[in-house]
Amino acid sequence: MLKRTFGASLIALTMAGGAMAQDQSIIVQSTTSTANSGLYDYLLPIFQEESGIQVNVVAVGTGQAIKNAENCDGDVLLVHAKPSEEKFVEAGFGTSRTDLMYNDFVIVGPAGDPAGVGGMEDVQGALSKIAGEGALFASRGDDSGTHKKEMALWGDAGVDPTAASGDWYRETGSGMGATLNAGIGMGAYVMTDRATWISFDNKQDYAIQVQGDEDMFNQYGVIPVNPEKCPSVNVEAAKAFADWLVSDAGQDAIGAYKVADQQLFFPNAPE
Amino acid sequence: MFEAPVIPEAQALPGNKPMPLTVRGLMLELGGARVLHDLNLDLGPAGCTMIMGANGAGKSLLLKLLHGLMAPTAGTIEWAGTPAAQATKQQALVFQKPVLLRRSVAANVDFVLKARGKNRSKRDALLDHVGLAHKAKQPARLLSGGEAQRLALARALATDPDVLFLDEPTASLDPASVLAIEGIVSEAKARGTRVIFVTHDMGQAQRMADDVVFLHGGHVIEHSPADTFFPKPQTQAARDYLQGRIIV
Amino acid sequence: MQSLGDALGLALSLVLSGDADLLEIVALSLQVSLTATFIACLIGLPIGALVAIGRFRGRGAVLIVMNALMGLPPVVVGLLVYLHLSRSGPLGFLGLLYTPTAMIIAQTILIAPIVAALSRQVLEDLHGEYAEQFRSLCLTRLQTVQALLWDARYSLLTVGLAGFGRAVAEVGAVIIVGGNIDHLTRVMTTAIALETSKGDLALALALGIVLLVIALGVNAAVQSVRMTATRQAYV
Repeated sequence: MLKRTFGASLIALTMAGGAMAQDQSIIVQSTTSTANSGLYDYLLPIFQEESGIQVNVVAVGTGQAIKNAENCDGDVLLVHAKPSEEKFVEAGFGTSRTDLMYNDFVIVGPAGDPAGVGGMEDVQGALSKIAGEGALFASRGDDSGTHKKEMALWGDAGVDPTAASGDWYRETGSGMGATLNAGIGMGAYVMTDRATWISFDNKQDYAIQVQGDEDMFNQYGVIPVNPEKCPSVNVEAAKAFADWLVSDAGQDAIGAYKVADQQLFFPNAPE
Repeated sequence: MFEAPVIPEAQALPGNKPMPLTVRGLMLELGGARVLHDLNLDLGPAGCTMIMGANGAGKSLLLKLLHGLMAPTAGTIEWAGTPAAQATKQQALVFQKPVLLRRSVAANVDFVLKARGKNRSKRDALLDHVGLAHKAKQPARLLSGGEAQRLALARALATDPDVLFLDEPTASLDPASVLAIEGIVSEAKARGTRVIFVTHDMGQAQRMADDVVFLHGGHVIEHSPADTFFPKPQTQAARDYLQGRIIV
Repeated sequence: MQSLGDALGLALSLVLSGDADLLEIVALSLQVSLTATFIACLIGLPIGALVAIGRFRGRGAVLIVMNALMGLPPVVVGLLVYLHLSRSGPLGFLGLLYTPTAMIIAQTILIAPIVAALSRQVLEDLHGEYAEQFRSLCLTRLQTVQALLWDARYSLLTVGLAGFGRAVAEVGAVIIVGGNIDHLTRVMTTAIALETSKGDLALALALGIVLLVIALGVNAAVQSVRMTATRQAYV
């Protein structure tokens, strides 16, 4: 029995290895926010239908996704932290970066709204209030795109939350979903991208408290990994995928993806 | 120091490999305590030598030394001129508590035949010889005490040993099993195998022994032919032991 | 709060409906962890046996290292394997990262020390019983190891089971080297982690229940083999 399973898995492995090596398969290093929202489950079958290319998504934090891509462990990078992405391209790891789509960040909190920020639009004001009240706030704390954005917003608000780390400011060091689970468990405010929030199932009594500030826009970019740095890259397939995403067909597909009748991502690739 | 008496040589049978034993100045220390003292011993080339003595006299240790399983602290042990440590392979030891493999009866014999590069076709004859042919396929460790010891004996004989050691092989067995085992050992002896036997069973000693080595407190204090040892033991300790009076 | 009852119901309906995605994940979990267990036994059993019967300098240190390696954190193993298999790592040319092979390698490294350390204990105990008889038979080291491995086979089955249990239950290593890619490297534990991060706790728990049932099944099968062996006094 063991031997047969072993044999079978050897065969399966050979096949899997073959699938990875052949032209029609690429790896996309991406973020948990896009994967958890279900966007890829919607987009990839459409793309595969059109191109015959199999896209495998590794969903990690933006920081780790960029690191993995720098190690040549991906063909396309699709993340949301523009300054880091531009640095990635400047260092020669990516061929070019293109704006792909955006969604926005929101701050969710318990129904009781202990800091009284419910309905606010001004995100700096809301963050100052949360800090002033010492209301619990759960942060990703994982160097992800969302975390970097959050830190920038704190900076704009003139607050250094890390001084209160472990007190009212809780850094989970985890992905978006895990941070939401933790934040909801402890009654803390959490900044999350809207897409993850809409498709998140464990909301309990939580609701969006702060939204609508232009500063909370969350821009995604797509970057094919540079074959000069990483010869193992599947250049054609990677380019085909990136091109398709920013094409009319890809942009329409992104705009058409809805969860609970709500559009999660807004395509904005340059014409 | 006791004088080694002259032991009449047992009749050598055709095909018999003579296996005289010479022990000189044998000494064994275990954990700093001296358990065997300056032991000298000459055994004849054939027959059955019975090693006797009270518990703690050093019988089992002497057996292991003679078999080459242990190295002495000092002294030499030679079987027909070969040091004991190099003679182990031509010998076999049956323990008081048989160590049976977690396999079938037949597989226990096969294991030894294979380990020694012997023809496995001997197995059925061996099992038949010890009366276990009908149990060949049964798990060895479910055998009764007597059957288990017969299997151990079959396994020992599978190696065609020049010397067969038996360390109280029939302790705690019923009389029928004791006789069965004695029968098998006697046949081996008759085919020319040198037998070294440790026992506390006086009847068994008298039935089996050609000569007797009597150990007391780590010394050989008496070595005589069986027909003089039992009627006329030379030492007080042996007399006490034979009469069941010895106290260690 | 989603209740355990919901999760149980969901687990049952997933299994009964023969959900194709679930079957694929379960099959890959078993394939990866059973293969890793098999290879870990090929590596760990001989090492365990040699240390069990060996008397060599530094044996005490070897024992300490073997026992300490049983507690290897999966995420550390995952990271080490990632660093080697990454395209920029020394074995990157093999292109194994994000494949089931990478997951098997990681789990093998994780559990081989468990197999070696536990089998060492089992075989040393058995050798204590057999040693004198084996020396009387003048067995070679190889013959001794072979005999011990065979005679301890049913106890070693339990050792293998301990390794399999750890492999099939760990998430830290496979999520790093496998990448939790849908239809390629997604196994039970990474799927559970994913559903948890999506906040779908009922589905996560349902998958957990399925994993538990599989573990129970494997254990029951091994137990019944052992019971048969015990009746024959082969354990």
